[in-house]
Amino acid sequence: MTTRASAAPAGGGVPQAVYGWLLTLPAVLLLAAFTHYPALATLWHSFFTTPRGSRPARFAGLDNYAALRDDPVFWQALWNNLGFALGTIPVSIGIALAMALWVDRRLAGRGFLRMAYFTPTVLPMVAVANIWLFFYTPQYGLIAQAMQAFGLPGPNWLGSRATALPALMVVTVWKESGFFMIFYLAALQSMSPALREAAMLEGASRWQYFRRVLWPLLMPATLFVLVNALINAFRLVDHVVVMTRGGPDNASTLLLFYIYQVGFGFWDTAYAATLTVVLLAVLALAALLKFRWLDRRTHYQ
Amino acid sequence: MTMTRRLDTLGAWLLGLLWILPLAYAAWAAFHAPAYATRFDLLAPLTLENFARAWHAAPFPRYFLNTFLLVTMVLAAQLALSTLAAYAFARFAFRGRDALFLLVLLQLMVMPDVLLVENYRTMSLLGVRDTLFAVGLPYFASAFGIFLLRQAFKTVPRELEEAARVEGAGPLQILMKVYVPLARPMYVAYGLVSVSHHWNNFLWPLIITNSVESRPLTVGLQVFSSTDQGIDWSVITAATLLSAAPLLVAFLLFQRQFVQSFMRAGIR
Repeated sequence: MTTRASAAPAGGGVPQAVYGWLLTLPAVLLLAAFTHYPALATLWHSFFTTPRGSRPARFAGLDNYAALRDDPVFWQALWNNLGFALGTIPVSIGIALAMALWVDRRLAGRGFLRMAYFTPTVLPMVAVANIWLFFYTPQYGLIAQAMQAFGLPGPNWLGSRATALPALMVVTVWKESGFFMIFYLAALQSMSPALREAAMLEGASRWQYFRRVLWPLLMPATLFVLVNALINAFRLVDHVVVMTRGGPDNASTLLLFYIYQVGFGFWDTAYAATLTVVLLAVLALAALLKFRWLDRRTHYQ
Repeated sequence: MTMTRRLDTLGAWLLGLLWILPLAYAAWAAFHAPAYATRFDLLAPLTLENFARAWHAAPFPRYFLNTFLLVTMVLAAQLALSTLAAYAFARFAFRGRDALFLLVLLQLMVMPDVLLVENYRTMSLLGVRDTLFAVGLPYFASAFGIFLLRQAFKTVPRELEEAARVEGAGPLQILMKVYVPLARPMYVAYGLVSVSHHWNNFLWPLIITNSVESRPLTVGLQVFSSTDQGIDWSVITAATLLSAAPLLVAFLLFQRQFVQSFMRAGIR
């Protein structure tokens, strides 16, 4: 494009560069103020103590990071978050794929199905969490009632250490699968029907067709969904706030929720900054994956 | 063949019903008297009582207004800023453009959503804590919007721009008369995604707001259901459905548009 710089817009002799900078200036200033500056300030403040009352912040070197290393809650939050990602992502992807394959075919009631699958995506997570809170309620909730009908004791899903995090994972899978479905659907719809016919002529079974033809062709969509799901797993904690507040005993704490707790519950801003640095590192890793893989995608555009 | 087809239909419907179940359950509780909240009797009388009680029990009209103002303000700022920046990135040659664009893209992974502590500090310094303006401000400049619009602008044929220039149009006129109209589908897609995102946004508004005057609906709902209500599920589910209703109704009316927008904005 720079080779076409000679075709400069007629701006009464104003050089292109001036226009370029002026047009980008408002957006760039705001981005710098609320993305780049806070990211750097987070790193900076992670090397200081939290100012308290009359005591100003003082340089603390790596003290906050040492505290982090020895903080069992931090490690639990991190492991919870990894488990949360590992538990939700493959299941969401599998369900999303099944949904897309079904909705792509001429099944009876396809319109209703697409609506049913996609609806959770447009609902606020807070609303969704409230509904599921009701769902999970001991004794009164639908799940408890269904289990009572079969004479089973209904556990306190959100109140026990073993089930709190999995219960949140179910909500996430329910909320996200329909969103991921549409990316598979887009990929499926861009495929030629001849592909399927050719595979059938060759005598391929349905599974072989899926394994050898569809799955490789859907790989760009899968990677896209994977990275997005990974970022969401570390970015979205609305359901934790509404449903468990990290409990019981930090069993369902996720990293961002812990940052929220430390920063705005205990007001330990320096330690919250240190935790945020870890979160930013995780997101940077996800971004790296994104650029390595997604920019090689060939099936879209 | 018909056998597998039947199995497919069965599986698809089972999943569909399972997926709609939580919402249907919430609707059941919201439209029936509290006595029926957890008792299923098809003949139970329907009522709007829970909605009326929720509406009066908390300042929901104000929350609705706040959320409406918030998404309007954010969208307007995003569209204006992203359009200008995307135009520059797509069509102007200037030193440092590519480096600047990379810096912009950085926001796609370092989202304001996770920079809570520092942005809170900034808002305190600016003296705008606990205002709607502060809820929206970090999102005014959107890397995502700039990226999408830049892609759209790049597909506009140069000849159209040349033609407009021959007629004496300046750069801004060319932008408004040529580029913006041609990128309309992208504007619709981005608009829908942005509105649903900010309608649903929760954590940052929860932190930065502290009063009825500035709280958006999501935070208002949380305050209402966690403190005011105890465990009156009928009223809570009514309030929940109420707060999701505008987006839900819009989605049911314009399903295709929604799905296509999310697709277009996601795939880029």
